Amino acid sequence: MSLIDKRYFRDVSSEQDFYMAKTTENELESVVIRFAGDSGDGMQLTGTQFSNTTALFGNDIATFPDFPAEIRAPIGTLAGVSGYQIHFGSKKINTPGDMSDVLVVMNVAALKANIKGLRKGGVIIANSDGFDSKNMRLANVPEDKNPLTDGSLSEYDVKTIDVTKITRAALADSGMGTKEIDRCKNMFVLGLIYWMYHRDMQSSIEFITSKFSKNQAVMNANIKVLQAGWSYGETTEMFANRYNVAPAQMETGIYRSIMGNQAAAYGLIAASVKCGLPLFYGTYPITPASDILHELSKYKNFDIKTFQAEDEIAAICSSIGAAFGGSLAITGSSGPGIALKGEAIGLATMLEMPLVVVNVQRAGPSTGMPTKTEQADLMQAMYGRNGECPVVILAAQSPSDCFTMAYEACRIALQHMIPVFFLSDGYIANGAEPWKFPQSDDLPEIKVSFVPQRAAEDPKFMPYQRDEKLSRPWAIPGTKGLEHRIGGLEKQNITGNISYDGDNHELMTHLRQEKVDKVANNIPLQTIDTGAETGDLLILGWGGTYGALKTATTILRGEGLNVSHAHVRYLNPFPKNLGDILKNFKTVVVPELNNGQLVKIIRDKYFVDAIPFNKIQGQPFMSDEVVRKIKEILA
Amino acid sequence: MNEIAAKLTSKDFASDQEVRWCPGCGDYSILKQVQTVLPDLGRPREEFVFISGIGCSSRFPYYMDTFGMHSIHGRATAIATGLKATRPDLSVWIITGDGDSMSIGGNHFIHLLRRNPDVNVLLFNNQIYGLTKGQYSPTSEQGKVTKSSPMGSVDYPFNPIALCLGADATFVARTMDRDPKHQQAIIKRGYDHKGTSLVEIYQNCNVFNDGAYEIYTEKSSKKEETLMMEHGKPLIFGENNDKGIKLDGFKPVIVSLNDVSVDDLWVHDETDLVKATIISRFYDDPGKENHFPRPFGVFYVNNNKRTFDDLFNEQITEAKETKGPGELNQLLAGRETWVVN
Repeated sequence: MSLIDKRYFRDVSSEQDFYMAKTTENELESVVIRFAGDSGDGMQLTGTQFSNTTALFGNDIATFPDFPAEIRAPIGTLAGVSGYQIHFGSKKINTPGDMSDVLVVMNVAALKANIKGLRKGGVIIANSDGFDSKNMRLANVPEDKNPLTDGSLSEYDVKTIDVTKITRAALADSGMGTKEIDRCKNMFVLGLIYWMYHRDMQSSIEFITSKFSKNQAVMNANIKVLQAGWSYGETTEMFANRYNVAPAQMETGIYRSIMGNQAAAYGLIAASVKCGLPLFYGTYPITPASDILHELSKYKNFDIKTFQAEDEIAAICSSIGAAFGGSLAITGSSGPGIALKGEAIGLATMLEMPLVVVNVQRAGPSTGMPTKTEQADLMQAMYGRNGECPVVILAAQSPSDCFTMAYEACRIALQHMIPVFFLSDGYIANGAEPWKFPQSDDLPEIKVSFVPQRAAEDPKFMPYQRDEKLSRPWAIPGTKGLEHRIGGLEKQNITGNISYDGDNHELMTHLRQEKVDKVANNIPLQTIDTGAETGDLLILGWGGTYGALKTATTILRGEGLNVSHAHVRYLNPFPKNLGDILKNFKTVVVPELNNGQLVKIIRDKYFVDAIPFNKIQGQPFMSDEVVRKIKEILA
Repeated sequence: MNEIAAKLTSKDFASDQEVRWCPGCGDYSILKQVQTVLPDLGRPREEFVFISGIGCSSRFPYYMDTFGMHSIHGRATAIATGLKATRPDLSVWIITGDGDSMSIGGNHFIHLLRRNPDVNVLLFNNQIYGLTKGQYSPTSEQGKVTKSSPMGSVDYPFNPIALCLGADATFVARTMDRDPKHQQAIIKRGYDHKGTSLVEIYQNCNVFNDGAYEIYTEKSSKKEETLMMEHGKPLIFGENNDKGIKLDGFKPVIVSLNDVSVDDLWVHDETDLVKATIISRFYDDPGKENHFPRPFGVFYVNNNKRTFDDLFNEQITEAKETKGPGELNQLLAGRETWVVN
């Protein structure tokens, strides 16, 4: 309590029992909170901290950071609003939630941008300082229409706090400047929300301590304001309710919290450790894929080599060079970068070299909406190159699944000597969830062997001689007797010499396709995620829509509808039984965050009259809109 | 010297593939000189890797019995960077042309030089696009009439040596297809350099740009039109070695040795970047009056810039030493975990 400046609210420590009695404790199954403020207000950090603490507490969680492309858009404007939504509960949580229960807004622009996502009767915690005339003007709200005072928020439970003023008061003696002090505002909000939901602040205090270990003053200030937020909740009469959200009933085991891009990086590292090859990641910074580079670059002691190339083309080409030399080679980007890499993916296909291409998809075409999610690069992965150029395509369905599928991408690339696409998207890349992480021994083995050296009397090395998987041998430079030339010109089968022979070209084209097809022997069969094996309607999804589709299916089944959900993670080739699964349903619906891509491939391959359901708003599906659509189709 | 390597001959470096450049092409000479130099380097054959882009010159790796990759247009530099970064034990060579390196691959080219991996670049400059049958290239002279420029090209050409110096290359040299001895010596020096060595080779395309370098290669004009640079020696040229270059402040002037003593001439110093920059600008049209002779030899060497592959791998070593080898289970568990019973 000593941390709190008494000028702004009464020190009620002596009256604590009285006030505690006035606070009602409530049990909730799940809660959705959205933190929103200016991009400089630290809402992403606030959200991440609350998520970590909540995951540690044992709730199931799903998060959704939603931020603008501009690093610091004009302060106070709608364009600059940055949001972070977290859904946590004592039950299984599949999505960050359709509507929020609590909306924290640091200014009027944040309120304006997010109010439509708050359920009626929800709580608004508003920083009143962000509703002054300057902020009103910046957010294009007329002077006489201050939402905090004009009655327009009457359907909500509004808590107005001058966060700026309290933070400044709490740090009056800190010796810090106003600008620096104001940067601590988000900690006040975090502390208050911790109080509301009975969360332990220790993890955040440790985080602040380590983050600002080199700046004692800033460290102390952040901790002080965090505690001030907590104390504010406890000592003022403003909050009549506190909430308990019990730990979730989850599968037993050890858990941690993980974000998608982080999980992808770990999957790549794990594959490198398991196959025993150094990892080379050639890349060029691009939203939303850069965090994979940032993460990987921390682990040089794992023999992880990250190379920030001069452009996207150099990024993939350096990886091809590394693959030639015997490294586990990865390149990573997002759609626009993948477009630039197209020719080199074709080269890797001709070279029949192991290469993983990571695409963290974002809304396109062209620059599109860099920080917004979309699943519109499936066709690009499938067909986006010159000539007949089939590659393997995998897609992760959730933040933690990025680990599994990135690992799988490496396994398949190495075992089949083939380029593999690993598709993620902005939504799962930045989202977080609890992860029952595996132990190294649990992971599938990846055996790699290079061609051994040859003596002069041995038969000549044939670089395009194939094994039963149709993959060619990996013969790395430096190995005596294996000198050979490869390249982008068509190869004669077996010898690898240049060949312009038409029959050979047709043969090689078929071999490259069959090689992809044979990967189907080395991937799991398709399963139904939720629901029965047969029924009236199958929701067939892929990628980051998993959570929303699962929740929607559960709701529909709860209402007695005969609906099932299957989620495809192996997109080329498909699992061998996918066609059979589709035939067991009267109707197949394919919801996608694009204009209809998987649906086209499904129709083409299986002659199924699959129905597309598309959303192209840079935002994930809400379970509710999927439920409505399915009911409409079944009606 | 490795015993096996010592026994190698130029024939050991020739692959079984039929060489398919046009008869009379300057590329034959370069192939021959490389195959002649390699056995003398004392390295086993399997350690050599030739990587090329696209263009006539880029067929080169197919004719070498080493490891090789004929990649895509302009990207050999990037592929070589990835290979050398991960396999510093290999001797990596990049074969490129004027279009491959300075048009479509211009970006990778300057970044290669900036980073300075220990690789060797042989730039076959024929001032024309040969493989696509005769369009002007980024080194073609302005006004060049080609299939794509019937009224003459309006583009100004690159000065490749000046470009490389601008990109902070650490070894920059020029040689010519018609001078095998000089070529061999320069290629050998490029190999010996620790860092990226850039050797521009004037190479005649006898089909689409025949005679482009005749004035520098033909006996009748060679002595008058070329300046053969040698470290520590004065810059002398001319039919009877009767002309020299003198520096008047920063301004080079051609002088007659009848008027000026040899002692007053500019003495070539490969390690002097300022002088290399000046001499790289001896790039006049030989038809111009009072033009400077075209320099050949090593313009500049910088042995003080550490290589990319060294620096890149040093960080890996350092990380392993300070943090210890990575432990996967520890990584996956992270800082904070909780148990569900």
